[in-house]
Amino acid sequence: MEELSILVGGKAGDGIRQAGQTLARLLNRIGYRIFFYDDYPSLIRGGHNFSIIRASKRKIQAHKEKVDLIVALNQDTVEKHKHRLNPGGVILYDSKKVEAQGVGVDFMGLVKELEGSSIMRNTTALGALAKMLNIEWEMLERVITDTMDKKVDLNLKIAQSAYHRVEKAWVSVPKLDQKMLPLVSGNEAIALGAVQGGLNMYIAYPMTPASAILHYLAEHEDDLGVVTIHPESEIGVVLMALGAAYAGVKTMVGTSGGGFALMTEALSLSGQGEIPIVFVVSQRPGPGTGVPTYTMQGDLSFVIHSGHGEFVKVVLAPGDAEEAFYLTGLAMNLAWKFQTPCFVLSDKHLSESIFSFDADPDKIKPEDPLLWDGQGEYKRYLDTQNGISPLAFPGNPAAMVKATSYEHDEYGITTEDSEQIVRMQQKRLRKKKTLEDELSRCEQVKVYGDPESKTVLLCWGSTKGACIEVAEELGLKVVQPLVLEPLPIEPLKKALSGADKIIDIEVNTTGQLAKHVSAYGICIDDMILRFDARPFTVDSLLEKVKEVLS
Amino acid sequence: MTTVKELETYAQNTWCPGCGNFGILSSIKKVLADLKEEGLDLSKVVLASGIGCHAKIVDYVKVNSFYSIHGRVPPPITGIKLANPELVVIGHAGDGDAYGEGIEHLIFSAKRNINVTFIVHNNRVYGLTTGQFTPTSPSGFKGRSTPGGSPEDPLNPIELMLSAGAGFVARGFAGKPKHLQRLMKAGIKHQGFAFIDVLQPCFTFYNTYDFYNQRVYELTEGEYDSSDREAAFARAGEWAYGEGERIPIGIFYQVERPTYDEKLLKGRIPGKLKPGNIRSILEKHI
Repeated sequence: MEELSILVGGKAGDGIRQAGQTLARLLNRIGYRIFFYDDYPSLIRGGHNFSIIRASKRKIQAHKEKVDLIVALNQDTVEKHKHRLNPGGVILYDSKKVEAQGVGVDFMGLVKELEGSSIMRNTTALGALAKMLNIEWEMLERVITDTMDKKVDLNLKIAQSAYHRVEKAWVSVPKLDQKMLPLVSGNEAIALGAVQGGLNMYIAYPMTPASAILHYLAEHEDDLGVVTIHPESEIGVVLMALGAAYAGVKTMVGTSGGGFALMTEALSLSGQGEIPIVFVVSQRPGPGTGVPTYTMQGDLSFVIHSGHGEFVKVVLAPGDAEEAFYLTGLAMNLAWKFQTPCFVLSDKHLSESIFSFDADPDKIKPEDPLLWDGQGEYKRYLDTQNGISPLAFPGNPAAMVKATSYEHDEYGITTEDSEQIVRMQQKRLRKKKTLEDELSRCEQVKVYGDPESKTVLLCWGSTKGACIEVAEELGLKVVQPLVLEPLPIEPLKKALSGADKIIDIEVNTTGQLAKHVSAYGICIDDMILRFDARPFTVDSLLEKVKEVLS
Repeated sequence: MTTVKELETYAQNTWCPGCGNFGILSSIKKVLADLKEEGLDLSKVVLASGIGCHAKIVDYVKVNSFYSIHGRVPPPITGIKLANPELVVIGHAGDGDAYGEGIEHLIFSAKRNINVTFIVHNNRVYGLTTGQFTPTSPSGFKGRSTPGGSPEDPLNPIELMLSAGAGFVARGFAGKPKHLQRLMKAGIKHQGFAFIDVLQPCFTFYNTYDFYNQRVYELTEGEYDSSDREAAFARAGEWAYGEGERIPIGIFYQVERPTYDEKLLKGRIPGKLKPGNIRSILEKHI
């Protein structure tokens, strides 16, 4: 079996994500590579939630519209998703609550029989499902034991009983001889990458889809050596972070578009004051409140152009969990090396999807920023050749450290003198050249698919997973810039050279990457845009690309 | 011996002659010089300011400083204190900063009890933007944005801070520098959020020297119990930042309770934490 996709659906409060994750772990532990997609409306109880777990022999970073198996905890799941079933697919359903064709098991009856609570219907489903996939009971037993933190015995009893209610397997999912990989969400990868890059303090106000970074770091504060803070507002968040960074502590903040809008005034302060900071902006559909729990790549232009005045910033756009890990680590180092704001631009689809994670933590090491050598009199904004002034922090008996949002002289004292102003504007902007030199030694643009193909799918961020599979299917090339600001023009043009047709693929309404690169003379021939707040799936994108090419 | 002179910088002072800010500047320098004599390492002091006339104070004092943006003094000083609890952090803000643009941060600083000192240069007028009403201007105040008179009643920051849970609530007058210095010193020594509202005449746009000189009186120890919250509210209500006959200055309320930095950090120093072992955490994700 090459791959298998399973959709688990029910209402909010049915434990859909948890059941999906347990299933993902089960398939992971028998050697499959996983992509896990979670779809849920903005409510706490009711509504319709579903997760798609795609397991494959090979590495994948996207899901498909079509599935092989549907697990229905309610009737809605059947009605909304039965069209997704591949030929020969099957529905496993709660037989007393749901009407469907397929394999019915009385989930609720079983839970009641064993005196469980109604949420444990998801455990019943897992037990039945394991049997349908012909996975040995002991595998599921271990996963449940390792992952559940309460009522493990009761859950095991329920799962085992459900396992035995299913008479015969529907398919046999063989064990693969591949090493098991950790299952990590984009948000978790961002958190871990930041820690590996030297993060001391994470400050955030809850906002979907970035909240899980805060939750994860708060839960693992002691293990990870990080202090987490949840202040009064996004404005409080970013200024607290700047205060801490001024005092020498490596900070990161995280939010979505609306929260970041509140942070932009202080972003500009970090540019003027040359205070290092990393922003994670995990996009969701706007404008306004938009569609809070769904996905969009609608804030690229906003982030690139954010903040009043002119200053150097870095925008990195990871497309999978490994890139989220490496690029967040890189952002931590760049922010401190260049004393300027750095961005990790994610979206709901990357942040909340779960990936088989194959990164090498040793590839990220916190690098020392340029520290003051203690010689002579300290000048916070010393005018240097590469624009970078040595750092000292308050508490150093030999240095007076004056940081400021005002235009200033080398000591950090306010100035309105025209010569001084020119000198300081140039000093700050000079860092861009130094930064570009540093970035030119990093991987800034990735290429996948057939490198010889004259047709290129140009994408960024979470869209890459679907693009890669489509390109492999059709023999096309994929180009994905990882750095979006300063745009790596040379490597990007090199990756695109020889292309007859560049198709820009984005999850937004206007093609923001296309617009961004066009300013550097890169012309897009076609655009495929999706903006129904859902990500591209492999099969839906395949159809669109075929249409464009026909 | 450290003198006030040694705390001066080369920055040219650009306040108007007669500005109430001079009284606050000389007081903070005197207090820092005194505290140094008592053993405080001045390299551990950080001053911060917002935007407005008051904010220039950080250019005029030769210590570490963070010149923030309008309304945003409490969050960076909170971040500075959390990053390095050994630092002595003093925030300066204008009334537009503290009670207008950034009032939520002020309330949260008091609620959390972060161990910093917060000094409001309250001239009850926007000076640097040339004379508009502020949150503490009296009702009917005729400024350039309200030529027919302000339609708003003033906010009473003393009552606000008492309600928000501040453990040190004081009011000073820039025209009484010796008294103000006592308040500043007590505020800096207070373990927790120390709030000082300083009545500061704006010589150009709202000259209140005579008004205050005729009305202020000191709350004196012995006659007034600053640990009595009810009494503090009663005194705070004596003058509502409008008209009035008597304006109490001094420490309205002082009690110590555990600070935010102590409770949040639990002895940790953020820059000195041992980095976590990612591999062992990743194993739990299998």
